[in-house]
Amino acid sequence: MKRIRTLETKDLEKSAKKGGCGECQTSCQSASKTSCSIVNQQCEQNNKKKK
Amino acid sequence: MIHCYKSNGYNIIIDGNSGSVHSVDEVAFDIIGLYESTPKDEIIKLILEKYKNRPDVNEAEINEVFADIEELIKQKKLFSKDIYADISIDFKNRQSVVKALCLHIAHDCNLACKYCFAGKGEYNGERSLMSFEVGKAALNFLIANSGTRKNLEVDFFGGEPLLNFEVVKKLVAYGREQEKTHNKNFRFTLTTNGILLNDEVMEFANREMSNVVLSLDGRKEVHDRLRVSRGGKGSYDLILPKFKKTVELRGDKNYYIRGTYTHYNTDFTNDILHMADLGFKELSMEPVVAPSSEPYALTEEDVSKLCEQYEKLAVEMIKRNKKGEGFTFYHYMIDLEKGPCIIKRISGCGVGAEYLAVTPTGELYPCHQFVGNEDFLMGNVFDGVTNTKIRDKFKLCNVYAKEECRDCFAHLYCGGGCAANSFHSSGDINGTYKIGCDLHRKRVECAVMIKVAEEHPSD
Repeated sequence: MKRIRTLETKDLEKSAKKGGCGECQTSCQSASKTSCSIVNQQCEQNNKKKK
Repeated sequence: MIHCYKSNGYNIIIDGNSGSVHSVDEVAFDIIGLYESTPKDEIIKLILEKYKNRPDVNEAEINEVFADIEELIKQKKLFSKDIYADISIDFKNRQSVVKALCLHIAHDCNLACKYCFAGKGEYNGERSLMSFEVGKAALNFLIANSGTRKNLEVDFFGGEPLLNFEVVKKLVAYGREQEKTHNKNFRFTLTTNGILLNDEVMEFANREMSNVVLSLDGRKEVHDRLRVSRGGKGSYDLILPKFKKTVELRGDKNYYIRGTYTHYNTDFTNDILHMADLGFKELSMEPVVAPSSEPYALTEEDVSKLCEQYEKLAVEMIKRNKKGEGFTFYHYMIDLEKGPCIIKRISGCGVGAEYLAVTPTGELYPCHQFVGNEDFLMGNVFDGVTNTKIRDKFKLCNVYAKEECRDCFAHLYCGGGCAANSFHSSGDINGTYKIGCDLHRKRVECAVMIKVAEEHPSD
């Protein structure tokens, strides 16, 4: 596409089928404590794959 | 829904329901912006008129953009439908699993920060320290209620947790022993003001804590204005050398230099850059949580200036990164390809269900920000969650429970936002905190822009 460049993003629909293992970090256990940020949390499944 | 915005010279489209991100030229930007509201013929006319001096913009080119848009719609990457609303209903019947505790190891503090939401560490109660017995019962409660979750998180919080360091050490030793027996993995973290950091604490924290959060508000005059001793003296000079040493000794283990900004430093980017200039690389800066009656509370009038600051920060981070002087900022650390799954994005932070706060006497609250408000007392670590009505209410507190979130492009980035902020602002955990939402949307815009700039550095 000449005028539109699409960035690679996670397939959320696919993740609905496989996701939800719950092993990821709770957002307020890191640097937040006063607001909520979800999208910057890491997916534990990716960490597993790295190992 | 889509969100079209311009930032740092980029034209960016976020498709809110799929999380897709498109970097487009100005012609495609205009066409996509009009696509749903205006008939095709009308769009072609408008675009030809607007770009009449551009030889590259003709009807054939415009039709090509239309074809690309239609292809992206087919791929569910543009104007995609919300297909996740029904999933959130299942949260009601989801098994209650606890995976994280905020242990209030000390309701006492050796500082008296003027903006402290914990009422100088005491949470509007009496000064107290958690005993080992209560802490042990908390860890047992966590293990017993964690189901098949392997990773269990425990944050040593306060007040100032290092006022009760002996109990912290004993609890970590107890946790390490129990994780083997129960096939769990404890991830301990420590949030400290730094006053009591010494060689022993640093060595312990660097060995046992998966993350340490070190509170520094930035420039000396900013930090010392609010982060003061009980006698009113600023703490910057005392803690800075300790933070530097802790971070240096920490090697490649995670840490955060975490600040709070207020109405007094709406130019907070200077504070973040000050942290970076001191050599710290993992940074966080949070808006203050305060009743609007406080002079340091953020106001709606501050929002536009704060948004400019987030933009300035993002642009500066790109520049420094190019020069090899990069640093991370907590809210900009998004991974578009490998970030959290949709279940996480819908369910939010887990407050009151997966995540609970424990007071020094073992009472359970939905999170640290509800501690001290007896309307939210859920039970205790000895008897477990006895007020299940509160838990059930929080289980259903997700992005789809909030009317205002449904049409917000950022709803899958924030998970519905902070329930405590919502409650303090609107009186309802399912309400919204407008200032918080405005700032969060801006942070999402900036974080995505950084990703676009990384992909297309030459633009």
